Amino acid sequence: MEYTDTSEHEIFLLLEAFYQKYGYDFRQYSQAHIMRRISNRMAMSGLKEISQMQYKILNDEAFASLFLQDLSIIVTEMFRDPGFYKSLRENVIPVLKTYPFIKIWHVGCSTGEEVYSVAVIMQEEGLYDRTTIYATDFNQQALNRAKEGIFSNTMIKEYTVNYQLSGGREPFSDYYTSYYDNVIMNPSLKKNIVWANHNLVTDSVFAEVHLILCRNVLIYFDKNLQNKVQQLFYDSLINGGILCLGSKEGLRFTDFNEKYSELDKKQRIFKKKY
Amino acid sequence: MHYKAIVIGTSSGGMNALRVMFSILTQDFKTPIIIVQHIGAHSDNLWIKLLNDKCNLCLKEADEKEKIENGVVYIAPPNYHLLIEKDKTFSLTIDERVNYSRPSIDVLFESAAEVYKSSLIGVVLTGSNHDGTNGIKRIKQYGGLVIIQNPETAESSFMPASAIAAVKPDYILSLKDIAELLMKLDKQLIK
Repeated sequence: MEYTDTSEHEIFLLLEAFYQKYGYDFRQYSQAHIMRRISNRMAMSGLKEISQMQYKILNDEAFASLFLQDLSIIVTEMFRDPGFYKSLRENVIPVLKTYPFIKIWHVGCSTGEEVYSVAVIMQEEGLYDRTTIYATDFNQQALNRAKEGIFSNTMIKEYTVNYQLSGGREPFSDYYTSYYDNVIMNPSLKKNIVWANHNLVTDSVFAEVHLILCRNVLIYFDKNLQNKVQQLFYDSLINGGILCLGSKEGLRFTDFNEKYSELDKKQRIFKKKY
Repeated sequence: MHYKAIVIGTSSGGMNALRVMFSILTQDFKTPIIIVQHIGAHSDNLWIKLLNDKCNLCLKEADEKEKIENGVVYIAPPNYHLLIEKDKTFSLTIDERVNYSRPSIDVLFESAAEVYKSSLIGVVLTGSNHDGTNGIKRIKQYGGLVIIQNPETAESSFMPASAIAAVKPDYILSLKDIAELLMKLDKQLIK
């Protein structure tokens, strides 16, 4: 059983080494999650010890980049949690309509499925032309794919159902073109999306925005890092700006609980107090 | 032996099985219980409310960063994996499905074994895939207690049979007997 205690130190050293050499900081991520990703990588690469993995990370850049992909969550879908997008239409859009121009920060956008979902809604609500969506992630590989806007058509059936459940009124096929086994999202959806590499842990405020979507990102962070990132969001939102979190995320365990009112409790949509 | 936590994994037939077990566990049951029941991604938590009505214990969906308390039964939320941290709080993730499942029993069991080591009880009940088998192996490796529902008494025998094929369980019992054994082990904890 000593093994586990040693492994805890080894994980600490490994994350420290990764940060020192490559600048990606996972030291304040949820440990159980990190542990799981490391064990998976070790099993796949036939490594017996965490210290062996540290050596490989420091000396083999291809392996290090593999590890970075391991730690980046790219599980996503269009209109994930349709109930949330329904609430976005019903409760958030009316607020956004009052602004002459709209800036949205989509945080941790991964391969972009949810960014395109937001773009669809903005178009349907007639707001897209005065909207800029900043879609950010630390994973450049994922960002590149997001920018292309090409998705496998195996998921489209599910996405179409999600879209309809979220209150979509058009045939969803209006928003993409089929091409062999893929679909390509309409260029008109991409027009006002700015894709950018931004790391929540190490980068700072870059714009003042009306709406922040950061769903299922904070669950991977420990309490300190969650607070730090919440500060970043608070500083980036205008007064009365809106913060959307994942369906199991909240502000209850952070220092910011009093600084927002609830716009939709169930869907975790919050409004920054004046 | 003093056990600090119980993890239970189940799939098809699980809701009935849990109802049987929780009608036996009494209000003074102290050891925290953490459950993964395979469930559709968009399910609501109505079944938890219904189970809670039939149960003497406080049953709730596990919240992110929530501290694990004695006398409470926690259930993994749909579409998230549930993990346990060293400080006995919960983490949720949306990582890829494991054994076609999210929440996955293996994910919970493996992380629980890392934290509780030999003071963990792992229970596999009715179900129709092999999720839970790797997890129960890990619990056994760390010296935890392994209880499997007798496949002959299970609504769906595949999951308990798969677990039994992989480890030598400490007990193979019916639902009623599992609940009674847990009651006995829990009383030892109070002493």
